[in-house]
Amino acid sequence: MIALTQIVAVTAMNLRNIPQRLGSSCVVVVGIAGVVGVLVSVLGISTSLTDTLLATGRVDRAIVLRDGADTEVSSALSVDAALTIVDAPGIARTAEGYVAATINMVTGVNLERIDGTLASMTLRGTGAAVFDVRPEIEIVAGRMFERGVRELIVGASALEEFAGVNIGDIVSLRGSDWTVVGVFTSGDALESGMLTDVETLLSAYQGAPRNSVTVMLESEDSFDEFRDALTTNPALTVDVLRETEYYSRQASFINDVIGVVTNFVAGIMAVGALFAALNTMYQAVSSRSVEIATLRAIGFGQGGIVVSVLCEALLLAVVGAFVGAAVAWALFNGTTINMGSVNASIVFRLEVSPGLVAQGVVWACAVGLLGALLPAIRAARLPVATALRAV
Amino acid sequence: MTALVSIRDVDKGYVRGKQRVEVLTGVNLEVQSGEFLAIMGPSGSGKTTLLNLIGGLDKCDKGEVIVAGERLHEFSSGKLARWRARHVGFVFQFYNLLPVLSAERNVEVPLLLTKLSGRQRKQNVRAALELVGLGDRARHKPGELSGGQQQRVGIARALVSDPTLLICDEPTGDLDRESSESVLELLELLNRDHGKTIIMVTHDPRAAEHASRLLHVDKGVISAEPLGTAA
Repeated sequence: MIALTQIVAVTAMNLRNIPQRLGSSCVVVVGIAGVVGVLVSVLGISTSLTDTLLATGRVDRAIVLRDGADTEVSSALSVDAALTIVDAPGIARTAEGYVAATINMVTGVNLERIDGTLASMTLRGTGAAVFDVRPEIEIVAGRMFERGVRELIVGASALEEFAGVNIGDIVSLRGSDWTVVGVFTSGDALESGMLTDVETLLSAYQGAPRNSVTVMLESEDSFDEFRDALTTNPALTVDVLRETEYYSRQASFINDVIGVVTNFVAGIMAVGALFAALNTMYQAVSSRSVEIATLRAIGFGQGGIVVSVLCEALLLAVVGAFVGAAVAWALFNGTTINMGSVNASIVFRLEVSPGLVAQGVVWACAVGLLGALLPAIRAARLPVATALRAV
Repeated sequence: MTALVSIRDVDKGYVRGKQRVEVLTGVNLEVQSGEFLAIMGPSGSGKTTLLNLIGGLDKCDKGEVIVAGERLHEFSSGKLARWRARHVGFVFQFYNLLPVLSAERNVEVPLLLTKLSGRQRKQNVRAALELVGLGDRARHKPGELSGGQQQRVGIARALVSDPTLLICDEPTGDLDRESSESVLELLELLNRDHGKTIIMVTHDPRAAEHASRLLHVDKGVISAEPLGTAA
C-alpha cells in the first residue's frame, strides 16, 4: 500500500512537471502519434481488404481454376474443359432448368480515376446465369447488359472511384466502344469492377482464355461430390475450391505482403520514436535530478522512482497513440481505396476500427516503456549525496 | 548513556578521475540524544561527507556508523532508505522543495511513506506548519514564498514525521541575516522545547553560536572547539 502511495505521489509530481518540459514531451507524443498513425492506417488497409474479400465468398458457391493457378487471372481453361465443368453433378439449377454456372473471363482495363490518375479496373465477362450464381447482385440503376451486345454494367464502388463509367458513357476496349447501361451492387469485391457478357468479351479479346467457372452448388454439402467429379476426371487438370476458401487464400496472401510492409515501416518509425522517448525521459530525469535525490533522501525507494518514470512515459505514449489513431481516423476512415494490378483491382473502404486502435496503443506502450527504461534506471541509481549538491 | 550517533574509526574517500581522494580518515564522533551540534570547517574539509554518513545518504569505506542503535554501514540501499524515512529529517541549504507542490503538499511528502490516513496526514502537516509559523501560507507554492519562508517549509517537512534526528546542511547558507536568525531560532526552539537532536553543518560562526556544541573539521580530522570561538 505504501509502495503504491509512493508511486502515485511521485508519478503525480512528474506529471505536474510536464508543462515545464512541454516541448520535449510533445516530441514523444508526436513521434508515437506518427508510428501509431502509420500502423493503424496500413493495418486498416489490410483488415478492410480482408473483410471485403471474405465477404465476397459463399460456402455453397465453388470456383474452378486451372490446376496450380493462384488467381482467376492466372488461370486458363479450354472451351472443352469449361463445358465439362458445367456438366458436373452437384450444381444447382435455375428456375428455367439450366445449370447455375457461369464461365468467366477476367481482365483489367486501364481507366481514369476521378482524381485524374490512371488505375486498373476489373472487367468480368460472365454468363446468362449470373443472377442465379450470384443472387446478391442487384441492378440499382439502368438495366442489365444484353447478351451479344457491347454493353457493360458497373459496380457501385467502381462508379465512386472511376470517371467516365456512368450510365450512357462509352468505354473503349480493344478499339471498340462499349456502353455502360447499368449500375449494380453486390456488397462484395465484385462491386469494384464491371460485368459484361462473356461471349461478347471473348470475341473482342481474340485469343483470350476462359479463366474460371463459378457454380452455385445444390447445397453446401454438394461440394465434395462436385469436386470429386472434376478432380477424378482424367480429361481435366483443375483446382476446385469453395469460394470462401478461394478468397481466404487471396486475403492471406495480401495480408502477408501488407504485414511485411507494415512491420517494416512501423518498425523504422518506432525506432525513431523510441529514441525520442529515450531522449525526453533522460532530459526529464536530468532536469529533476535534485527533486529525485530529495525524494530518495526523504526515504522514497528506487522502485517507486523507476515505476513513476515508466508511468510518465506510458502516459505520453498513450496520448500519442490516441492522437495518431485520431489523425488516421480523421484522414482515412471511410476512404475508398483501389488496390489493383494490371489485370485486376479491388475497391474497398478503409475502416479504422477500435481493434486497430488497441493494437496501436499496445505498440505505443511498448515504445514508451522501452524508451523510458534506461532513464528510469538512471533515475533510481542517481547517487543521492552527489545529486543533492548539484543545485 | 548510549550515544544517539556513534562513529568509530571511519574512513571515507572518493575516486575523482583516476585519483582517489581521502575525505575522512579515522574519524570518531559521538552525539548524545537531545544535542544541538554544529560542525564547521572550510570547503572540502569533509563536513558534508560526515553529515551524509550520519544521515544514511552515503556509506563509509571503513569503520562503523551507528545511529539510533542501527549499524548503517551494514545496510543495503533499500534498507537505508526505509531507515531514513523513519529516523531522519533533512534540511537543505537550497530548501529542495518540490516546485509544483504547495507548502502543505511539500510537508506531506515524508508522510506518504507512513501508514497514516489522509486525515491524520493533514493534521500533522497543519501542526508542523503552525510550529514553523507558516499556518497561513499552506496553499502557497515555493515560488510564492521568500527564502526564509521556504526554509521554514523545509524544516516543517523535516520534522513532520517526528524523526529521531534533524540533519541540517548549511540551512542558512542561502538566507539573509534576518531570515537566518529566524530559522536558527526555530531550530533552537525545536532542540530546546521539543527535544530534537540536531546536527548542523555551517560556514557561519553566528549560526554555530545557536548550537550546544561545536566541532571543527579540517582535512578529514575532527577537533572540538569551545563555543563562541569560531571565527
